[in-house]
Amino acid sequence: MLDIAFAFNRFKFLGDEFLTWLWFVIENDSGYLKNISPDLSSLETGNRIVLENRQHQAVERVTIKGDYANLEEGILALRKGALVTEINLGFKASDQEWQFTIKGESLNISGFKTPFAGSIETVEDFEGAVLEKVYLYEQAIQLVDNLYKIFIKIRVSSQWPTKVVPTIKKWIHA
Amino acid sequence: MGLLSSSTSMTLYRVEGDLKEPVVETVASALKKNAISEIDGHDSEITAGWTSFNNPYQPNFEGSSFVFGTYLVFSLRIDKKSISSKVVKKYCAVETVKKLEATGRQYLSKSEKEMIKDHVVDMLSLRIPATPNIYDVLWDVEDRSLWFFSNLKFANEELVSLFLKSLKLTLIRLFPYTTAQFTAGLSHSELDVLAKLAPTNFTE
Repeated sequence: MLDIAFAFNRFKFLGDEFLTWLWFVIENDSGYLKNISPDLSSLETGNRIVLENRQHQAVERVTIKGDYANLEEGILALRKGALVTEINLGFKASDQEWQFTIKGESLNISGFKTPFAGSIETVEDFEGAVLEKVYLYEQAIQLVDNLYKIFIKIRVSSQWPTKVVPTIKKWIHA
Repeated sequence: MGLLSSSTSMTLYRVEGDLKEPVVETVASALKKNAISEIDGHDSEITAGWTSFNNPYQPNFEGSSFVFGTYLVFSLRIDKKSISSKVVKKYCAVETVKKLEATGRQYLSKSEKEMIKDHVVDMLSLRIPATPNIYDVLWDVEDRSLWFFSNLKFANEELVSLFLKSLKLTLIRLFPYTTAQFTAGLSHSELDVLAKLAPTNFTE
């Protein structure tokens, strides 16, 4: 087994490639996402994408912010060799909405907002409220987990260099 | 920024190792033994320990108070006294004048200055109340998964070390490689490929 700290640094790129692939899928093949999770109404990029180009000695970082931000600058950064290192996502299922940000290198989640879980009015409501909130967190975590499982299966297969990378390149350079 | 907050942060872990049966009693005893202790009125600057999720200022792990459905829910509390460097500087200046007057000297040695600073920090630590920081923990024992409601480096490091000390179980942080290795269901041959992967170049 690899040393954990070594593995974190050695395979940082996997998380960035996952987010880059995810952005590509969201932009180009939303039908594919519905096959993964039938309850999913939509998965969209939210109000923030961070890209980093680590090909040169000095890391170049591009941050695109705002609800109606133009993502063209992000494509331009990809063209120059950057990858997505952080992405804010919004997903809808059964008329409910989740929003969160994932960091590529760690898969840490921040700004995690779930649908409203009901208020606590009595002591008896407490356990129910906790379990409802946990259930709501689980929906988003499972979605990300399933997406990552699909990505990693593709990433270690021959499909990655022969089919997926050429398609992503085509999108980046279109 | 906890479990019930409207917006939160989360770091995911896999729990390695097995607990002694009965699980709830084993965990309750470990949490009790390593519960947060108050440092107000003591000269300690920082302390960390477990506390109750629903009553973080009065830890109580009696019965099944930390069991919610199939989950164990409790919190990590880190209490820290923040003493402003300007306050330390002010009291050091006062103490230095007193020492010079008492000895009739004009200067203090480096070690005397250090002793004064240590004394001032200890004195202020006794007077200043610690600021509590609370981070929720949700543990699904059967699934071997644990959610920690913070992305802060020092809080995560404290969690891993206190968890190991209290429960003799290792927490493995789920980042891209460990998630692929432990939870993605890859075959042996796929894991071999994973170990040799290199970054993709999308520009060529």
